[in-house]
Amino acid sequence: MQLTRAGFLVLLWLFVLAALRVVRSDLYAASGLRVSVPGFRRNSKKSAGGSKAPRQLVVTHGALTGTRISLDGRPILIGRADDSTLVLDDDFASTRHARLSMRGTDWYVEDLGSTNGTYLDRAKVTAPLRVPLGTPIRIGKTVIELRS
Amino acid sequence: MGSPIPVGEGTPVAQAATSTSPGLKPPTKRGTELVMLAFAAGLVTLALILVELNQERAVTMRIVYLGLAYLALFSLAHLAVRRWAPYADPAILPCVALLNGLGLVMIHRIDLAQEDYAAKWDPVAFKQVIWTAIALAMFAAVLKFLTDHRTLARYGYTFGLLGLVALLLPGVLPSFIAPTINGAKIWLRVGPLSIQPGEFAKILLMVFFAAFLVSKRDLFTAAGRRVVGMDLPRARDLGPLLAAWGVSVGVMVLQKDLGSSLLFFGIVLVLLYVATERAAWVVLGIGLFSGGAVIAWKLFSHVQIRVQNWLDPFADYNDTGFQIAQSLFALGTGGIGGAGLGAGRPEMIPESNTDFITAVIGEELGFVGFAALLLIYMIFALRGLRSAIAVRDSFGKLLGGGLAFAVCFQVFIIVGGVTKLIPMTGITAPFLSAGGSSLLANYILVALLLRISDAARGPKVVAKPKLPQPAIADQHTVMVERPK
Repeated sequence: MQLTRAGFLVLLWLFVLAALRVVRSDLYAASGLRVSVPGFRRNSKKSAGGSKAPRQLVVTHGALTGTRISLDGRPILIGRADDSTLVLDDDFASTRHARLSMRGTDWYVEDLGSTNGTYLDRAKVTAPLRVPLGTPIRIGKTVIELRS
Repeated sequence: MGSPIPVGEGTPVAQAATSTSPGLKPPTKRGTELVMLAFAAGLVTLALILVELNQERAVTMRIVYLGLAYLALFSLAHLAVRRWAPYADPAILPCVALLNGLGLVMIHRIDLAQEDYAAKWDPVAFKQVIWTAIALAMFAAVLKFLTDHRTLARYGYTFGLLGLVALLLPGVLPSFIAPTINGAKIWLRVGPLSIQPGEFAKILLMVFFAAFLVSKRDLFTAAGRRVVGMDLPRARDLGPLLAAWGVSVGVMVLQKDLGSSLLFFGIVLVLLYVATERAAWVVLGIGLFSGGAVIAWKLFSHVQIRVQNWLDPFADYNDTGFQIAQSLFALGTGGIGGAGLGAGRPEMIPESNTDFITAVIGEELGFVGFAALLLIYMIFALRGLRSAIAVRDSFGKLLGGGLAFAVCFQVFIIVGGVTKLIPMTGITAPFLSAGGSSLLANYILVALLLRISDAARGPKVVAKPKLPQPAIADQHTVMVERPK
């Protein structure tokens, strides 16, 4: 009798642990915005000058502050359109506002004909510009930057 | 999901990039879900066997069939998820299945206990099984017909109105259609059915508030005066909060339903906080609610009784304090390891299969089992919040966060009441308590959460209107006036 009582409780806790295991295996897996795993190097190449290659895009100002998107070499679309990588809820952003894309080891920002323009630091982006690490890119009320 | 993609020359893939995984499809984890469901079904069957054994009833193959039927029922739900929300979170459904299954076993167990004592024996377990089946059908229907949670945002105001009507309807209708049961006027009686519209109002109002806050977010972040390190909102933006406060006080007064009132107001506050990230709203809201509660305590006797029983349930043990006192005795009898399934005395606890079902579980499974149960609720809420973080649209974030919080908060209110942490308020324990409306509403809630987590974890659908749309879409943005 005592055995079945304890046995059921053990099984109940095993279920909890199993559920937590599922949760844990999901922690680093694809779920929208990924946590960057320390010590997990994705880019083997380093850009010239010894600086690290950017590995994530961080929103530093605006409604989405704190959002991080890990960079995997694919271009990043920014705008109000639902299919953008970073969907902005911003009256000053266009439907397709800007694109960040990778050429070689560097990331370039280009404006996709937005109404209010895209600014790299203080300069308006008219042609694709190289984005250094930590330089703010302003799109409407949102500011993003690349970090390693 | 760890395979790194070689970063070569710039690959100018001009299609919508997935923000999630590099190239590969994210794992659906449906297999994990099925295994966990089978585990849950096994546990529930075992629980039923233990109950039957401890009640000295014959253990026949019937129990195994019941267990298999239960597994089949949830396998159907699993298939619905596999079909219509393939990337949904794998931990949510098994947690719900286990909670619901344990609830069914406990309700059956309470039926057995009452068989000997009640004058008119009315088994509830069978009804609850039927309700579970109906709720799972509803769950599948929501998954099938709601292909994108963002469509809900479009009907925000409609849902808001419906929710408000549903919340207040039992309070204002005459009592032959909305009877007062156990002091609360929250049921609608339609023929043989008793519906508790407040359970559905919870979800409807959450959809409304999420949609409303997404469209009006800027308004609420406009800074007002700064007081002790906090940006107070401007007075004129307080309207919605005051309205929510008025509604929740109205529910408290008209329907004498403290639990729903607290739940509703808590949800509004959390949604406001999530949308604006400003603690000032929460501080203001808690202040308002405390003020309202104190006034209600001064004015209404039923509130005074609740508070009195919370402070000292043994003062009036034979009358109003009886429920909580018995619940405390049950929890005390359970102790650390519990009395064992089927070996407790649930007939001693009033309202044992609805409001006080957690006390029955606390008695039979003890602190250890009760803690596991609360952890299962927590994992459920955790996965919901995680989906809300990962989903990329603001409406989904708000709705997902609100839904997950609602379940969590409801558990806090009822378990807090049963354990005398807060004044006892009659509210159902999600998925455990007997009651069709609660089960149905909570399964709809789970379906919405799975829909959101499917959107969060799944690969981004490549936008179809890619080719013809941009010209029109761009023209729309050109029409916006230039600020400079």
